[in-house]
Amino acid sequence: MNNEGMRSPLGRALGLGSAKAGVGQWWRERVSALALVPLTVWFSVSLIVHTGSDYATFIAWLRTPIVSLLMVLLLAGTFYHTALGLQVVIEDYIHSGLKILVLIGMRVICAGLAAAGILATLRIAVGR
Amino acid sequence: MTNSTSKRLQPLSPNIQIYRPQLTSVLSIANRISGIVLSLYAVALVLWLVAAAEGPHAYSTAQVFIGSWVGRILLSGGTFSFFLHLCGGIRHLIWDAGYGFELRTIYTSGWTVVLVSSALTIIAWIVSMMLPG
Repeated sequence: MNNEGMRSPLGRALGLGSAKAGVGQWWRERVSALALVPLTVWFSVSLIVHTGSDYATFIAWLRTPIVSLLMVLLLAGTFYHTALGLQVVIEDYIHSGLKILVLIGMRVICAGLAAAGILATLRIAVGR
Repeated sequence: MTNSTSKRLQPLSPNIQIYRPQLTSVLSIANRISGIVLSLYAVALVLWLVAAAEGPHAYSTAQVFIGSWVGRILLSGGTFSFFLHLCGGIRHLIWDAGYGFELRTIYTSGWTVVLVSSALTIIAWIVSMMLPG
């Protein structure tokens, strides 16, 4: 039996200190949550107001500079917060070597979706 | 880092099913589940924006789907998930700021989250239906 197997998980962790990166992740999740409160409330109220709007009305609204700006911020904030939240979920439930692949894949998808959404918003803003 | 201790059968904490569901634990997992659900709706948001950028034809296809029964059921589920995660998230932010840890307050804020998120979902749909179009 090797020496490492004899030690309890506590014994192995003692003296190593914390990984130190956790607090930053925790803060980023909270700060992005706080930023998303006004952004998502603005977006949901806008969606309700635009129920049944035709294409031209919707595009004219989305092309307003302030609306385009808020939409870009909403997309960036949403996928940033989503990536942080899903990271915690993945780390809680996946303990195999698969974890790192799932984490990278999840972040790639989040970054790709944020970029696609922002690009679509900008295409609308500048009239393609 | 390999997990060599997993093969040794050490006592585990009682499984989650043993505990009686309580408001606190139900809202805790509900916040996580609604967060995961909302990440799927974020995908839909991007698809919708891309459809709008593509032009009137793609946009009307998206609108027809949203207006269908399947679309409406999905959208109402998304609306509730959003308000639940919003209210639950604000409750968590208040805890993170160091307030509201008394047991009475925890239950009051918990029921507030349930009531407010349900009410906002219903209000959002009523207002949306009352608007012309």
